Amino acid sequence: MTKVGVIGAGMTLFRRRLEETGKELCFEATKMALDSAGLTRGDVDMVVCGTAPDAFDGVAMKGEYLLDGSGGYRKPYTRVFTGGGTGVFSTIAGWWHVASGLADVVLVVNEEKMSSCQPHPQSVFAHIWDPILDRPLKPNLVWIFAMEMNRYMTVYGVKKEDIARVAVKNKRNAVGHPCAQLADPNITVDDVLNSEVMAWPVQRLDISPPSDGASAVVLASEDFIRKRRIKDRAWISGVGWCIDSTMWTDRDLVFPEYVARAAKHAYKMAKIDEPRRQIDFAEPYDPFDYKELHHLEGLLLADKGEAPILTREGVTERDGKMPVCPSGGLLGVGNPIAATMGMKIGELFWQLTGQAGKRQIPHEVHTGVSQAWGDLMQYGSVVVMRG
Amino acid sequence: MRVGIIGVGMTAFRPSTPEYNWKELMFEAASRAYADAEINPREDVDSFLTCAEDYYEGFGIFDEFVPDQLGAALRPTCTVSGDGLQGLANAYMQIQTGLIDVAVVEAHSKASDIVTLDGVIEHALDPIWNKPLGAHPFVVAGLEADAYLRVTRTSPKALAMVVAKNHGNALKNPLAAYGAAVEVEDAMRSPERFAPLRALDISNPADGCVVLVLASERAAKKLHSNPVWIRGVGWASDSPSLETRDWSDAAYARIAAEMAYRLAKVRRPATEIDVAEIDDRFSYKELQHLESLGLAKKGDAGKRVMRGDYGAEGRLPVNVSGGSLGCGNVFEATGLHRAAEVALQLRGDAGVRQLDRVRTGVAQSWRFIPSATGAVAVLGVGG
Repeated sequence: MTKVGVIGAGMTLFRRRLEETGKELCFEATKMALDSAGLTRGDVDMVVCGTAPDAFDGVAMKGEYLLDGSGGYRKPYTRVFTGGGTGVFSTIAGWWHVASGLADVVLVVNEEKMSSCQPHPQSVFAHIWDPILDRPLKPNLVWIFAMEMNRYMTVYGVKKEDIARVAVKNKRNAVGHPCAQLADPNITVDDVLNSEVMAWPVQRLDISPPSDGASAVVLASEDFIRKRRIKDRAWISGVGWCIDSTMWTDRDLVFPEYVARAAKHAYKMAKIDEPRRQIDFAEPYDPFDYKELHHLEGLLLADKGEAPILTREGVTERDGKMPVCPSGGLLGVGNPIAATMGMKIGELFWQLTGQAGKRQIPHEVHTGVSQAWGDLMQYGSVVVMRG
Repeated sequence: MRVGIIGVGMTAFRPSTPEYNWKELMFEAASRAYADAEINPREDVDSFLTCAEDYYEGFGIFDEFVPDQLGAALRPTCTVSGDGLQGLANAYMQIQTGLIDVAVVEAHSKASDIVTLDGVIEHALDPIWNKPLGAHPFVVAGLEADAYLRVTRTSPKALAMVVAKNHGNALKNPLAAYGAAVEVEDAMRSPERFAPLRALDISNPADGCVVLVLASERAAKKLHSNPVWIRGVGWASDSPSLETRDWSDAAYARIAAEMAYRLAKVRRPATEIDVAEIDDRFSYKELQHLESLGLAKKGDAGKRVMRGDYGAEGRLPVNVSGGSLGCGNVFEATGLHRAAEVALQLRGDAGVRQLDRVRTGVAQSWRFIPSATGAVAVLGVGG
């Protein structure tokens, strides 16, 4: 198995990007990633595209559409798609392109342009349900996640204040992130608790809203990194991915078993048997504040029901014992679904190579884990990286 | 490390399958593949891949609906938004890393469920430059066929020969949807559609599912199977923009073939390949692809099909399965169907259409209108 490192990363500003097409967003992120690695398109052997529902951009076969902006012209180019899980999964696909020995340098480019979808991207989510069993109930995502959040709160007796702390932490962490849409240095727990109720217990500031953006990372083989004497690199030491059954009504929503299986897969590969001791910081997927807690437990970085306590005690703050979402995460930076790779894989790379600027974790970190979550509350993708 | 195909499962291809939903199609093909490989998917498979596009499926996130009917719940599973051969290539790479021993690749079409198929394909055109022109998306194929015929000085009769050959071949394939005794004159007199293409030059949609089980050499040995080896894979894309791509040469097929041949150590494809399954969703595509794959000289494929070189008894049997013209257009399952057909030929399991002395075969796919993306797999037995 060829050893694979991340050697460059780039991401665009997350906003409603009315002036750029999806292709142009891809180009911007790709150029930044290649520049940061000191490479050009000519050095790239293959390209992996990650992007979530076509219906956001309103383009069928969206991977083909984004191809030239992503540097895929006349190269082996493939798109992978695992819903929100794509944010970390596309890097796993990039990893196997290099680890298989077929490519030395692979570009992974993720894009999402949700603002094209009118009146609101939520209308796309009307089409993710089983057409017979679910769709007639007219569910939407906020409503379904409210059920999951409620279940989590009920089983462990978690208070809304403790969940709101996650939103406060991440929105504050995002201050200083050049791409952030939702950073707020002055936000308080009361602001979250007093925001508009969307579907109880989910309130407006518990959610990361839709956005537009792109991100890219460059992966390379150990040989290439040695030969080119590339200093800023972080090694991918473990990957894991897992899907649960389509029938969400048959699952116990209190624990993300699919994340735990993906994590165990990645930890085994990375020779991690005590994740809480061996992992220094984490970038779990946080489109809702309770999801960060849910995922910390799925990643085996907290016992079941313990994540809110760790958050309350400050363990997950940037200067805490186990910094979580030092990037600001989806809650602080923004949520253009697949493009959140910039806060997951990108942030691990920047933290592990000391390039995170104002967001740099003040103590030394050697091992980080990132995770994304997708499909219908059923997909977990996990990457472990080492400096 | 060698990677082999140890299980092949297919449903029949039919113009419509009102008795099945798409999950049941997947279940049937998967069950056949697992029985063929003599494996239990819940114990023996390390990774599942499906090849699907949301717009064809009518879902916001089709990946959600994959696991249960494949036996993939709580297992490593993913969607490759591409043709089945791109899925095969990704499974091949997963196994080459050493992390995965046995992988399952699935692709299907439930085209009969799509109420507005032309509209779905139209949505793949560039939304700013091309879609507003309001043309039917198959105009792209008509323009390309025109460019191909002019540049290579190929006679339109050659296209009719492809049509007659592939529909005729399909008569021997019990899974094919559109087997028919079509005369060359019938094809040449069929109604004009997207000039120079006529109605019979265009494949018709079909429903169906294909599942392949792949294994590392080590796992294949442990499972006592006799694999068809994947000697090489390649995939590539030309420009997605209609304005800047090469209209006469299928550059994507040429680059993909170069990669697959390099991995397979095939130096002279024209003499080393015994059987070929080539994307023929429009008749001219078979000829254009044969040239891009180095199986015919540029401008020669049309003459050779008229000489009968590509018939089942010819020098290079092409699309003995019936191809897409004969079996039906199964969209993202097209490439996987072709790989399955080549595997059956190489194993000697192709029934009444079995060819003699075939040891090396090539399967090729294209991602249909309006893409310029394709993939190639070189399969072989023995050695």
